[in-house]
Amino acid sequence: MPAFTLQVNGGERRVEVSPNTPLLWVLRDTLQLTGTKFGCGAGLCGACTVHVDGAARRSCSTLVSQVAGKNITTIEGLSANGLHPLQRAWIAEDVPQCGYCQVGQIMQAAALLTKTPQPSDDQITEAMSGNICRCGTYERIRRAIHRAAGQGLPR
Amino acid sequence: MNPLSRRDFLTAGVAAGAGLVIGFYLPHKFSGSAETFAPNAYLKIASPDGKITVMLTRSEMGQGVSTSLPMILAEELEADWKQITIEQAGASSLYGDQSTGGSASVRTTWDPLRRAGASAREMLIGAAAIEWGVPRSACKAENSAVVHSASNRRLTYGQLALKAAALPVPADPPLKKDAKEYKIIGQPVPRLDTAPKVTGAAGYGIDFRLPEMKYAALERCPVIGGKVGSFDDQQSKKVTGVGFVGKIGDSAIAVVADSVWGAMEGRRALAVSWDEGPNRDLDSAAILVSLKKSASGRAVTLYSAGDVAKVSGRRVEAEYQLPFMAHAPMEPGNSVAHFRGSNCEIWSPTQVPQDVRDSVATALGLDPDDVKVNITYLGGGFGRRLEHDYAVEAALVSKAIHAPVQVLWTREDDMRNSTYRPASYHRLSAVLDGAGWPVAFSHRIVMPSINLQKGFPAENGTDSEVKDESSFTYSFPHAVIEYVMTETPVPLGWMRSVNALQAGFASESFLDELAHLAGKDPLELRLHLLAKDENVNGWQTARIRGVLKLAAEKAGWGKALAPGHYQGMASFGCFNSYMAEVVEISMENDQPRIHRVVGAIDCGQVVNPNILDQQIQGGVIFALTNALQAQITINKGRVVQGNFDDYAPVRMNQAPVVEAYFVESSEAPTGAGEPPVPPLAPALCNAIYAATKKRIRALPIVA
Repeated sequence: MPAFTLQVNGGERRVEVSPNTPLLWVLRDTLQLTGTKFGCGAGLCGACTVHVDGAARRSCSTLVSQVAGKNITTIEGLSANGLHPLQRAWIAEDVPQCGYCQVGQIMQAAALLTKTPQPSDDQITEAMSGNICRCGTYERIRRAIHRAAGQGLPR
Repeated sequence: MNPLSRRDFLTAGVAAGAGLVIGFYLPHKFSGSAETFAPNAYLKIASPDGKITVMLTRSEMGQGVSTSLPMILAEELEADWKQITIEQAGASSLYGDQSTGGSASVRTTWDPLRRAGASAREMLIGAAAIEWGVPRSACKAENSAVVHSASNRRLTYGQLALKAAALPVPADPPLKKDAKEYKIIGQPVPRLDTAPKVTGAAGYGIDFRLPEMKYAALERCPVIGGKVGSFDDQQSKKVTGVGFVGKIGDSAIAVVADSVWGAMEGRRALAVSWDEGPNRDLDSAAILVSLKKSASGRAVTLYSAGDVAKVSGRRVEAEYQLPFMAHAPMEPGNSVAHFRGSNCEIWSPTQVPQDVRDSVATALGLDPDDVKVNITYLGGGFGRRLEHDYAVEAALVSKAIHAPVQVLWTREDDMRNSTYRPASYHRLSAVLDGAGWPVAFSHRIVMPSINLQKGFPAENGTDSEVKDESSFTYSFPHAVIEYVMTETPVPLGWMRSVNALQAGFASESFLDELAHLAGKDPLELRLHLLAKDENVNGWQTARIRGVLKLAAEKAGWGKALAPGHYQGMASFGCFNSYMAEVVEISMENDQPRIHRVVGAIDCGQVVNPNILDQQIQGGVIFALTNALQAQITINKGRVVQGNFDDYAPVRMNQAPVVEAYFVESSEAPTGAGEPPVPPLAPALCNAIYAATKKRIRALPIVA
């Protein structure tokens, strides 16, 4: 079994898995980082979104062999104590219902704010439409992103 | 509630010196007789820190029960909300009914939760009065403490818990009578489960782990009702980490590995030949044709007024149809099972822990008391987790390998092995009087029955849920609602709002047709049919009027809209609540663009407007997916759709602004999970008619 050295949440992790293993399962099963979720396995829903070198990536469709040596951030490493501005905004807006997709939503939104600190409604829609929420929390997600961006709450 | 329960449902004791514990019973619509009363919920007040734990046996699937239910209790307890924590109880035969569904959680627990809180409060006041040697009437409970203002003394619940536990539980504690007295109920209290859900710490079924746990992926026969013929596992067993490969039941082969990915890879390497069985030619288009043919078959009357046959005048007819639909909750099916020879333990995201327990016991040949079921967070439910399948599979695999195992479904497994909302065909007719007002209304529903398929007894030759959910709320002098109960091999299940979506789409769209034929405004027509204050089929016309008027007012019904914008409306009553929606659209490239949905609900006393808003937002978006673009079709016995590309939930770029309003009410609370669903599709199609003069009589809109 080949070994890969991954930079996960600022630490170096060595894993021995087959090279075609999606990053998602390495995170969840090998590294026990279960905050990242499995939703579709095909890059269609965004529940598995993590950051690779700061950009949002679908970990279900990213092979471990593609990310060796790159900086991977999961929800567990997004902030020290769950206090990333987006996480605080998510709490302030009480966004989650079932909550299953929310980690992926937050990781997607975090990548957006890194690139576009003050996104417009259209920019939010464009960035977030790859992430499905069956509970229909889209409006609160939008409000939380605006809140985190410090833009207030346009209606 | 049976009067017997008032005495029997409360028990009190000291939890191993920890404080005051009160056990109580939360009934459910599926509950059995009063003879089986046993506590299924507990309130614990710890000594001396006063931490209040409410142990609940309802499942948290996003609908907010882990916040709204303790709020009800905390109100009467006069608790400091900050001291409340929730504990999820697992299934036990010691408990009463633990099912979660039917928008029933708040409605059915309102009284017992208030009584449990009030009983504890009375006991705590009693303990303080004894301690101080003062009359109880001189003492008052507030903010998790009892105070004696005359002497300016105060004891916290934590300080009083042990003494209170020694006192008898009052049979009939006084409850607040006026909503003005509420301090917690009616407040937009933030949910207690939000923080763990934004840090990734919340534990769903898929996240549960045991030491030495294996992972299983199951290859199931792609044809409904088919079986495994033969299989070759040589290639599977070459996949790293794959151990066991073997048949589970008649229709599936499990591949067990050290990791999820290993199990999935091993599954892909299987070579299977299937015995496709009797449904190999099953086709959903043919099913819809057969439903239409069945429309002339034997019908059971669900509601009738006057005699539609005797009414003469201009007659109007229409047919409507809806396809099969799938719940597709975000968390794919999964369960962990640990079979230990004489017993089995399950960890499952389930709405029905006791059914899971019983089905697992049957599958393993165990006594139900030897099966323990733990409930995790549910990554969505929508009714899909009223089934027991994942847990039974996990139990069988665990038994086969003598080790703990997690069975994990893929999205395709979920889409193709769901229990679908029944497809349906509707024939409607009406007779209009000289002025154009409809005076007779007939609706014949043709649809396979969920309950018939599941083997539940028919009541009066019909499916009582179809009767309950095809509510007719309008006061026609002559009306009849009939049901032709059919069967289908397609697995059926209860999906958010169950039969109400089908019934509501047909009848509320047809009503809009009648309005346009008569040259009446759709709101005016509805209000005309609801003009008198009366009870129609168990529904109060005044309350339907209330939600219609509220939605219309907030949406600016009848007022000038932005250029190219059109509105449609619908209302429906289901699960004891009243709901109206106004949808505002424009047409772009022949397709509707949904700008805004205004929803108004009357669900009695609102417990938590924050969570109610979530439920309306969510119900609208959930309904929009199926109205617009998602259907399940069957070809050659196989479910065609597999993932979120061909069964496409609404995404943010399609999501309208949803405004949620409620009617102020002091009626006992009803449900909010399902009622927002049925009005959306007809309101949307009615808006499309307003925009295009094209009537949509079959879903989905974008086929």
